[in-house]
Amino acid sequence: MITFKNVSKRYPDGYVALNNIHLTVNSGEMIFLTGHSGAGKSTLLKLIAAIERPTSGTIMINEQNIAQLKPGAIPYLRRRIGFIFQDHKLLFDRNVFDNVLLPLQISGFDNKTVASRVRAALDKVGLLKKEKAMPIALSGGEKQRLCIARAVVHRPNILIADEPTGNLDVEYARDIMAMFISFNQVGVTVLIATHDASLLEDTQHRILSLKQGKLTV
Amino acid sequence: MIRAWVMQHGLMFFLTLKRLISTPVASLLSVIVMGIALSLPAGIYVFMKNLQSISGQAVSSPQMSLFLKLDAVKEDIERIRQYLEENAQIVSFEFVSKDVALHQLQQHSGLTDVTASLAHNPLPDAFIVHTLASDTETLEQLRMTMQKWPEIEHVQFDSAWVERLNALLKLGHYVILMLTTLLSVAIIAIMFNTIRLQILTKRDEIELSRLIGATNGFIRRPFLYFGAVQGLASGITAWSIIAFAIETVNEELVTLTRLYDLELHLQHLSSENSISLLIFSSWLGWLGARLSVASHLWQIEPR
Repeated sequence: MITFKNVSKRYPDGYVALNNIHLTVNSGEMIFLTGHSGAGKSTLLKLIAAIERPTSGTIMINEQNIAQLKPGAIPYLRRRIGFIFQDHKLLFDRNVFDNVLLPLQISGFDNKTVASRVRAALDKVGLLKKEKAMPIALSGGEKQRLCIARAVVHRPNILIADEPTGNLDVEYARDIMAMFISFNQVGVTVLIATHDASLLEDTQHRILSLKQGKLTV
Repeated sequence: MIRAWVMQHGLMFFLTLKRLISTPVASLLSVIVMGIALSLPAGIYVFMKNLQSISGQAVSSPQMSLFLKLDAVKEDIERIRQYLEENAQIVSFEFVSKDVALHQLQQHSGLTDVTASLAHNPLPDAFIVHTLASDTETLEQLRMTMQKWPEIEHVQFDSAWVERLNALLKLGHYVILMLTTLLSVAIIAIMFNTIRLQILTKRDEIELSRLIGATNGFIRRPFLYFGAVQGLASGITAWSIIAFAIETVNEELVTLTRLYDLELHLQHLSSENSISLLIFSSWLGWLGARLSVASHLWQIEPR
């Protein structure tokens, strides 16, 4: 479903973030991406959503070459992806409900169905009772779950998470991981970047390791 | 599909109003500034329209006096009458015989004694002619034609004041055009800056929206709406300023003109002109927003 071929990414300042990556992710697969900070995990995830463009190589998603996507087509690619950002990117000027509503407004969903969709997403992450709360009043774990709700509310078939358990307690982290597994079980392709080794101890899913921009499986 | 589109735009309009109201002081100030700026050219336009309509009767059917030769006889008068009837540019005319003219002179000028002492009537027979033509060139041509008729001694037509008024109105139009251009630029600049500030405060939202699949159109839309709605509001303000000014002036004018036994009223903008004003002001607001969005949005590229 997602294929990287000879993908390299060099930033304008000369820093090589990814070096000749080959990678295939099957539909419905769940994959962990590990490595030290600066190893290129975030860059690799951003390439999939066309947030970064590769310097060379091809990235195919469902037969579509992301590396050569026209700017006008990028929004429609991103609507098929749920992205959980490392720095959350929650909007603090609106409540929990409206934060989750945004992706649906962007995709132009019918007004009648959006409320039930938002509540379904909030229910999945256990924030249904906090829909009127402002993000500033949420705990770290709750903020993370809000990000997840926002990433899945439009039912994407690819879910990408960049350090989703970043600075959470082990117990919270396990909750979050359980959510990802349940999304994967309903057929969503899930990619998770993490440097948290404890998450990976007893997983049966594929683990890819990045070191200085190279895959070292 | 179309219903969804209409609903989305309706919703956007509603959200824009909400946003205008959420910062009442700032919105009100910009609307007032833009409204005053618009009211100047529009106000002058209204003033000129009134000037034109007050003097309009004279301008729209100018009057000429045809003085016949002193020795003109009945046949000559009949011939002139026929000429005038055949000329397409002449709307109406009336004959003033020398006797009537003398009588009128005695009645109106208070020169009864002087005229009574005259041995014979020094006045010629005359025709007063109303024409269709309103521009000075055609009038001059008509005058020349009539001057050539052998029975005519003199054609009198004071075109100078029509010319002067026309020149004045033309000048007025230039002033309006200049003011409109300058103040439109000012309004666009105000809108440009307003939207720039809005974009800066909404930076996070714009960046996130891009990251989760918003098209440029989606991101632009609320700002463009804001520009158009604020432009519309300032158009309404300008209209109200003019309406208020006319109302006030009219009260004074009635008192003044009554002293002169006249009936004068300033007219407000016609409904077509009012609608044009509102459309134009909305367009200006939209344009300012559009330019601002074009020059600021690209700076917010998600990382």
